[in-house]
Amino acid sequence: MTSDVAAPRNPVPFPDREVVVGLVVNPVAGLGGAAGLKGSDGEQVQREALARGATPRAGERAARAVRALLARRPGTRVVTVPGSMGEHSARDAGAPCVLVRPSPSSSADPGSAGATTARDTRRAVLALADVDLLLFAGGDGTARDVLDAVRELGDQAPPVLGIPAGVKVYSGCFAVSPAAAGFLAAGYASGLRHGPGTAGAGTVEAEVVDLDEDRYRQGLVSPRLYGSLRVPAARAALSGRKSGSSGVVPASVEGIAREVVARMRPGVRYVLGPGATTQAVGRELGLTTTLLGVDVVEADDGGVLVAGDVSEAELFALVTGREAVVVLSVIGGQGFVLGRGNQQVSPRVIDAVIGCGDATGRRLLVLATPQKLAALRGRPLLADSGDEGLDRKLTGHVQVITGYRESTIYQICTASEEFQG
Amino acid sequence: MNTAESFAELPVAPKPPLRRFHQARWDEPIIFELSAPGRRGLAVPEAGAPPVELPETVRRAEPPKLPEMSQLHVLRHYLRLSQENLGVDLNIDVGQGTCTMKYSPKVNDRFAAAIAELHPLQHEETVQGVLEIYWRLERMLAEISGMSRVSLQPGSGSAAIYANIAMIRAYHAANGEGHRDQVITTMFSHPSNAACAKTAGYEVITLMPDADGYPDIEALRAAVGPRTAALMITNPEDTGIFNPRIREFVELVHSVGGLACYDQANANGILGITRARDAGFDLCHFNLHKTFSTPHACGGPAAGACGVSAALEPFLPGPVVTFDGATYGMETPPSSIGKVRPFLGVTPNIVRAYAWIMAMGAEGLRQVAETAVLNNNYLMHKILQIPGASAPWDKRRVEQVRYSWQELSEETGVHSEEIGVRAADFGVHYWTSHHPYLVPEPFTLEPTESYSKEDLDEYAAILAHVASEARTDPEFVKGAPYNQSVHKIDTTSLDDPKAWAPTWRAYVRKHLS
Repeated sequence: MTSDVAAPRNPVPFPDREVVVGLVVNPVAGLGGAAGLKGSDGEQVQREALARGATPRAGERAARAVRALLARRPGTRVVTVPGSMGEHSARDAGAPCVLVRPSPSSSADPGSAGATTARDTRRAVLALADVDLLLFAGGDGTARDVLDAVRELGDQAPPVLGIPAGVKVYSGCFAVSPAAAGFLAAGYASGLRHGPGTAGAGTVEAEVVDLDEDRYRQGLVSPRLYGSLRVPAARAALSGRKSGSSGVVPASVEGIAREVVARMRPGVRYVLGPGATTQAVGRELGLTTTLLGVDVVEADDGGVLVAGDVSEAELFALVTGREAVVVLSVIGGQGFVLGRGNQQVSPRVIDAVIGCGDATGRRLLVLATPQKLAALRGRPLLADSGDEGLDRKLTGHVQVITGYRESTIYQICTASEEFQG
Repeated sequence: MNTAESFAELPVAPKPPLRRFHQARWDEPIIFELSAPGRRGLAVPEAGAPPVELPETVRRAEPPKLPEMSQLHVLRHYLRLSQENLGVDLNIDVGQGTCTMKYSPKVNDRFAAAIAELHPLQHEETVQGVLEIYWRLERMLAEISGMSRVSLQPGSGSAAIYANIAMIRAYHAANGEGHRDQVITTMFSHPSNAACAKTAGYEVITLMPDADGYPDIEALRAAVGPRTAALMITNPEDTGIFNPRIREFVELVHSVGGLACYDQANANGILGITRARDAGFDLCHFNLHKTFSTPHACGGPAAGACGVSAALEPFLPGPVVTFDGATYGMETPPSSIGKVRPFLGVTPNIVRAYAWIMAMGAEGLRQVAETAVLNNNYLMHKILQIPGASAPWDKRRVEQVRYSWQELSEETGVHSEEIGVRAADFGVHYWTSHHPYLVPEPFTLEPTESYSKEDLDEYAAILAHVASEARTDPEFVKGAPYNQSVHKIDTTSLDDPKAWAPTWRAYVRKHLS
């Protein structure tokens, strides 16, 4: 279990009732993929995809996940919304399902593929707020819609798990395959049944990222970090372990934070970028820093929060003429270090920091767990600061802190080069 | 069933293609739970002499809580446990990749038993024979590695790595370069290298593989500098891929004043073919229980050997055996890092390794490597025919391969670990990989020279069968094992120090009280 595993959402086990799994399908997800449209966001693209002969496949993939879930836990109750947004897939999989009608006045039963919108996904999620786990089939765009609805629900939101069915599936909230989503859901359900503390009943935060499809079609890749969703923690357990290697996972984020703090020098301003890893650095200093914002800290007097959640302009003012170090984490699965979710760390901010004289390597600290680097499968880290000249200056090899007194030297290149390749 | 029909025709039923294995399941308690007060294995007669009065300060207040059992029950207990194992003498042990599981000839145990009566404090004159074995084994390993001298004192492979890192530290300190505080290793080198360096106080830089599966030499170029103490690297790495630019790696580290240390724990693919010193390495180590056929002791005592170049000889652990042309003796090198193990080392294993090498001869050692590599490539050919199995990076492999079930896993939801567990229902097993998993859904196979073609065919057939089960009935595979001593264990407690109980006393304290 990772250290940021939370207790089960519902602390009371359910000895007297089956776990309820919700299902939402974005029936048009993945349409644009085979059609070569690089995505499926927007009705126009969806119509174009259908015109090019694309067939909807999200519903079928959702059914595969439900089938896997039922194979593992035959009694699981599936609650979904009518039509192609869930009902069809659930029935296809042979699930005796309960239907909930989204309100208020949604576009009723969307019926045929192509007619649903992001709003329908959000409404469906809101209607299914009472489930123990919500499965959704779609891509990164769908994940964003789910995230919006989850934010609206606040503390009432159930944990979710993505069934990969979209063109772009970069977000960390997806299982590796539809069947895997079903198995994971079953494992989570078993965990809940057996009560708190049971293996599989915990959740972790997983990132939601998405590309701007219009820019992507022009050859410009600009994924953004939108936030995070709580997903079953069992994913880590499923990847298997060698006995005796325990402790590797939980220690790593704290180890990284400890190493960063150990390297901190008095009088230097440290710019902590967004992410759970950099947030752990703040925690190690005894400070409360933001998950998605940029914070400026100093190590003096055991840790000082100079400014929290700063804008680009504020940040520029805080680092200009001062000795500063930028501490950034890596976006999981993609490798972005600069230009994704941390636009506050702008080219002029970086220039101000590394222009101070010292070698770049000491002014820019990149943090990543070994697992995160392993997941890049040999692909380089990416910089897309918005200033190609600066990106090129950063190109080469950068030290990445992977633990306490542990690091690697990893290739970093400009995002445009990587995606042209 | 077919077997029933065949049975009617033949006096002994022919065997099906896959063996109908079933492991013993004794449901055996912990030995402490079997204890009964007053029970004894041996009735010792009353001593004729008065009891020795120990001083109060060294006397136990109460006797140790040892299990009290009869001989039969002790024997039965351990025989039962031994039946619940899949050791190298029972299964086709090619699945424990990186561990180099090979047959340890039983006759060598007889030789080891022959020196069991020696006392480590006997005068040198009375143990010339065993000192000669130490000396000759050292010279043979020096020849095999190209190194100047070899210490046989370490009690395990990791202890040998630690001794090497201690020598590296002592060497730099002696040269007034104690500021060197970084050790560089690679992701596919054995993690003991990183662990030992870190335990010794070094900061560890781990190089990731490049797109071709080789350690990234550009990353090494960026990593080396005045703080570099050493490079500690395995070759071929755990992927089975040999790094052809290894000399450049060594030269890069030398160019900044660092030392290069070759992890040759497993030298099975290169015996008699290439040598550590020939690539410029300053230090290397062997695990005698891998390449040189002494038993894997599962926690020891095993035996490791550290080889060093002439420049590092003064720092060797001591004592080392000397020979003046007539007499064998012992001495501790002038700047020795000290002892890494009491006395000379784990002598029974030194004797076994010596006997094994003597039986092989120089040509035999090379034949070991050639056969191991041939076996590995034959098995790889068989495994890659299984749909869903792959070997990432299109590279020639030496003595082992880290494979991937990624494709099978994505199609079926069955994970590599689960396939390995199901394979145990057929009397074999495999290990996945060190962490983190760079190869997705990994499994690592290493058939040494010990295994026959039939063994490899059977092993591949078992994996092919389980892979096809994963496609037709993934839930069945996930529910495995069915024919094993125990079912799956919940590994979550491994992350919880409150649940750990390395001793019975701790178990009683944490779980029974």
